[in-house]
Amino acid sequence: MSVAPASVELRMMPDPMLPHPAVINAIKSEAYGISTFSLVFTNPAQASTFHFQPGQFNMIYLPGFGEVAISLSSDPGTPQVLGHTIRYAGSVTRAIGRLKVGDMVGVRGPYGSAWPLDKALGKNLIIVGGGIGLAPLRPALLSVLAHRGDFGRVVLLYGARTPADFLYTDEFDQWQTGGVEVHTTVDLADANWRGQVGVVPALFYRIRVDPKQTVLMTCGPEIMMRFAIYEALARRIPRESIFLSMERNMKCAVGFCGHCQFGPTFICKEGPVLNFAAIEPFFGKEDF
Amino acid sequence: MAQGLPRVSANVVVPKPSLQKVFDNLRAAGFTLVGPTVRDGTVLLDEIAGIEDLPVGWTAEQGPGRYRLKRARDQEYFGYGVGPRSWKRFLHLPELKLFSVNKTDGKWALKPTQGTVPLRAFIGVRPCDLSAIGIQDRVFLSGEFRDPHYARRRERIFILAANCGRAFSTCFCTSMKTGPKVTEGYDLAVTEIPDVFVMEVGSEVGSEMLRDTLWAPATAFELGRAAQAVQQAEREIERQFRTDDLPKLLYDNLEHPRWDDVPSRCLSCGNCTQVCPTCFCVTVEDTCNLKATVAERTRVWDSCFVREFSHVHGGNIRPTIRSRYRQWLTHKLGSWIDQFGTSGCVGCGRCITWCPVGIDLTEEVKAIREKVTR
Repeated sequence: MSVAPASVELRMMPDPMLPHPAVINAIKSEAYGISTFSLVFTNPAQASTFHFQPGQFNMIYLPGFGEVAISLSSDPGTPQVLGHTIRYAGSVTRAIGRLKVGDMVGVRGPYGSAWPLDKALGKNLIIVGGGIGLAPLRPALLSVLAHRGDFGRVVLLYGARTPADFLYTDEFDQWQTGGVEVHTTVDLADANWRGQVGVVPALFYRIRVDPKQTVLMTCGPEIMMRFAIYEALARRIPRESIFLSMERNMKCAVGFCGHCQFGPTFICKEGPVLNFAAIEPFFGKEDF
Repeated sequence: MAQGLPRVSANVVVPKPSLQKVFDNLRAAGFTLVGPTVRDGTVLLDEIAGIEDLPVGWTAEQGPGRYRLKRARDQEYFGYGVGPRSWKRFLHLPELKLFSVNKTDGKWALKPTQGTVPLRAFIGVRPCDLSAIGIQDRVFLSGEFRDPHYARRRERIFILAANCGRAFSTCFCTSMKTGPKVTEGYDLAVTEIPDVFVMEVGSEVGSEMLRDTLWAPATAFELGRAAQAVQQAEREIERQFRTDDLPKLLYDNLEHPRWDDVPSRCLSCGNCTQVCPTCFCVTVEDTCNLKATVAERTRVWDSCFVREFSHVHGGNIRPTIRSRYRQWLTHKLGSWIDQFGTSGCVGCGRCITWCPVGIDLTEEVKAIREKVTR
């Protein structure tokens, strides 16, 4: 008809909102109310063509309940099995928490931007995680470990509310042996905790930073990321070398629903991984 | 004797009663007519049968928070101003079933929504509203992901645009550079002058629909009258709105005291977003039967004024009316430009007219500009 008729290609295009069936092939309890669900597409063709980059996310759908945006937390080198570390926080995630191995969920993705590991090649990398914020950072860590020689010093600063809230504790030794310095802290210690007590940004006082040679990647509560970034800026790490993963309400992940807007940014398209320099004017604005 | 057809971009005159012939041609070609009609005390857009359904001789008095349908002095077909409905409801449906899921023995099968989309002829699309369709095209069809539901409807419409011969008190299309005359994107564009319609042919299909309408090439006199009509509308526009410093003005003033003043008036009802021809936000609703064997997903219009809109685990990003109004205005007039290369506002004035407390976005921006904080 009149204006810019849609192309045949567009007409034939499948709805990007349609999930693809997948089966849970493993559930690993990580911490209280948090488990990692490993998913495999039921369609072998889908399973063999799916690839993702560290930091990207999927939309996980449960019929009758809804859909949630969940970061991929597994190794991008083995995309046949997709790990999603999920905290039971709302109605959909709580329902997912009741599922068993062999149950079906819907998956569509991967969506969003990735941690720019190429920008850290030959440089030092500081990874700052808070609580479940380590989940989207894990694929980056695993990629670094797989190509450890390509990076300089790699440091993980990781904090949780209590020692019981740490994720992936069974892997810490492996990461250390592989060449990642792991520094941990908790907000609230228990009787067995011999480590640091305090907020995550305070862990910066344990490390030395060569600012021009350092890239920082952080994910966690916004307030934690804000103060971690202040610590980084105080150490003269350039804004352009600081990357963070943001979270907003998300209904579609393809830019139609409008929910995830953060100023000019759609968190589902330009994000979730954003360069701090690009969003600084809006970051930390109250109620924005 | 059958009449020939005008070429694309020709200007012709068509006797007013011949509009029915255009409608007949459209219907014969399989189009359902959608156009303005008087209902519920307003001029609404809905399916129409013929020219008798058009709001001939009706106009409306509009102002902030005010709309009163009234009789016009003349018998113009296209003398009405935009009403509460915009064309988006026919392209970006208020409610759209995405798919259903049937569950048997723990395995489920997904069934995408099927169904045919009717050919629709949009009758009397105002220049501001035509721009709005262009803006939603960018939202749904220009990115990495494209909405096939929108695409299927969008490619099956015929557009008979109607240039404006008068303006209403909430109009500000000249500030947004969207009117009062259409420039592109139509099949036929009509300018109403007292005795005839002056029509510009925008496409082959548009030309085809003029078959047997007793059309004649427009004379210089008639073209002059048409141009005068549009100039008249332009002169009548009272609202002027400076846009050259957007979005920077808004980005630089996110903590302006004016934002604290808005919640004393704004009810956060979301009317502005529902009547807006470009607001596109949606949410998704999930339902299932009692046995949980059949589930459905439905996409419905949402509004950034809804409290839950920004809900994330542990809280709400925008819990206050101040923050929600700031989000809407900053997006509409500011970040939209960064996102889609165009303002999200076309100057149709609906959000002003249909705001129950008469908040006028042009006034809000003026207030922010008058006392710039940074």
